[in-house]
Amino acid sequence: MAEFLQQLLNGLSLGAIYALIALGYTMVYGVLRFINFAHSDVFMVGSFIGYYAGKLVPENTIWGGLIVLVISMVGCAILGMTIERLAYRPLRGAATLNVLIAAIGVSLLLEYSGQVFFGAAPRTFPALFPSINFSVGGLVLSTNQLLVIVVTTLLMVALQFIVHRTKIGTAMRAVSLNPKAAQLVGINIDVVISFTFALGSALAAAGGILYALNYPSIDPLMGVMPGLKAFVAAVLGGIGNIPGAALGGLILGVVETFVNGSQWSTYKDAIAFAILIIIMLFRPAGLLGKFTIEKV
Amino acid sequence: MRFPLRTVSIVIAAASFAALVCAEDTIKIGEFASMTGKEATFGQISHQGALLAIEEVNAAGGVLGRKLELLTEDDQSKPGESATIVKKFISRDKVVAILGEIVSSRTLEAAPICQNAKIPLVSPGATAPEVTTKGDYIFRACFIDPFVGTITAKFARDTLKVRRAGILSSVSSAQSVGLAKFFRERFTAEGGTIALEQKFGEGDKDFRAQLTAIRAAGVDGVFIPAYYTEAALICKQARDLGLVIPLFGTDGWESAEFLATGGKAVEGCYLVTHYSPENHSPLVRAFNARFQQRWDTPSNALSALGYDAAMLIVDALRRAGTTDSAKLRDALAATAGFVGVTGVFTLDAQRNPTKSAVVLTVKNGKFAFVQDVSP
Repeated sequence: MAEFLQQLLNGLSLGAIYALIALGYTMVYGVLRFINFAHSDVFMVGSFIGYYAGKLVPENTIWGGLIVLVISMVGCAILGMTIERLAYRPLRGAATLNVLIAAIGVSLLLEYSGQVFFGAAPRTFPALFPSINFSVGGLVLSTNQLLVIVVTTLLMVALQFIVHRTKIGTAMRAVSLNPKAAQLVGINIDVVISFTFALGSALAAAGGILYALNYPSIDPLMGVMPGLKAFVAAVLGGIGNIPGAALGGLILGVVETFVNGSQWSTYKDAIAFAILIIIMLFRPAGLLGKFTIEKV
Repeated sequence: MRFPLRTVSIVIAAASFAALVCAEDTIKIGEFASMTGKEATFGQISHQGALLAIEEVNAAGGVLGRKLELLTEDDQSKPGESATIVKKFISRDKVVAILGEIVSSRTLEAAPICQNAKIPLVSPGATAPEVTTKGDYIFRACFIDPFVGTITAKFARDTLKVRRAGILSSVSSAQSVGLAKFFRERFTAEGGTIALEQKFGEGDKDFRAQLTAIRAAGVDGVFIPAYYTEAALICKQARDLGLVIPLFGTDGWESAEFLATGGKAVEGCYLVTHYSPENHSPLVRAFNARFQQRWDTPSNALSALGYDAAMLIVDALRRAGTTDSAKLRDALAATAGFVGVTGVFTLDAQRNPTKSAVVLTVKNGKFAFVQDVSP
């Protein structure tokens, strides 16, 4: 029983990280109907900004950690807006496939320029926040794991609030519904889309920092695997749906952990993805997604 | 139109003749190593050892009256790259011998190509047994996984007094799978029990699930045949989960990154490896001093193996008296009593050396010598 609960805890903390990255995928998709494959590499850049900024503040302090988190989120928000301005805006109105290919291009550009600028060897990420392990009734949890769960929940609630309760959020939903009509009622599409990318990239940066705190070995290709899992989590929960991304992330994290802890650990990714396929067969729009029939 | 074409062809002929003359000047040895990427420190360090050997031989007048030239190419720690590099070495650079990789899987990619072209390949650190089974032109300077697995099992039983062991191995590394198998065989033959073996995949960073299962199995020691990036994270997460039992591994742990990433978590962990600069033999001390002077850092197992691998080729070239690849191969295969910095080498019929191993531990953020283990 203690083992089961410990594995559940391990799974939830891993799933929270997937959920955090998935939020960025799902939000950009919700507004623009396109998958920003560069998201996982913005995540990588976020943790490298944290790595360099972390050297400027004292280790193991809460304010130092928060400053690094903010620097990294702002840095990545600017990067996200730049990517959108240079790579995606010129393609607006083009076929979805063109934008998708551009996104894969940006992703590879970031990965391999990362290898040039940061070096390909893994680096050790500094311990930004003071970390304590505490155990309750045989269950061990570290403050870093707890931090991930708390930050993911806070950001998810904040995101829900921004999208559903603020003026810019209303504008985002309007653009998502019909970009042309949104323009006609006086919404500046460029500003809304830039804001969406800034927000999504800031989320990726937060994810990058939290991921690196838990697994303190970072390299320019570190975003590939978590990015893929988070994308799957977003699709699993229903892409474009914010609570769905969180749910998908948690399910994927928990399943992966339980398979990993069992005698079938060799097949963990195979089993996790088989479950995805089964869910998609029965609910093609994802767990919380709405399936809409397009009328011609 | 005709005139410039003729000039061009004369220039080309002259250039290729010049290249031919140049090629006769030096004896070329190719080296493929992971200079960048996931196992970057492996390649960089073994390269330092190999280059030091070549420089020393050249400073002493070279071999067979000619200077040696080491051509080094980076395989970026990626699968597929080493095969391309080796093909280039053989067809374009006309090397007489090739120094292989530290990592077994990438050496295995290059081995069949060297065998087909009949160019001797000497790997400094590929410990998977199947490497030298690829053919009679494939050699190595390190001992092999069955030996490391056996010695680790012996050390765990006799010195650490482990009775029930757990294993956490990688599904994607040939070395890890082999080590786990040989550790299990020897450990159970000695009367120990393997309570649980868990696996992880390429690029994994979260091992809490596997470690929780191992913790629940009630073991008193965990064998972790993994490379340093993963091993450091595994040790860290094991300590986070409250596993205070001995954790032990092999030469794949030996890297500064292991100490940096692992921090306090890797203190008191043990590893079985090829060499320690703290060994008191005068030969090792002298090598370490020369290495320190050349590279401004102390030597370690991989630099010592890189050095020994290059010296094995030099020794064979001297005994063969020619760069002819078949004769060079025969000379390499006949290596016996060769005194290297990682021990006294005798190559067996499978072209694997027999020599002694050392056990290291992590003490105050550094690797410290524990004991010698003879086969």
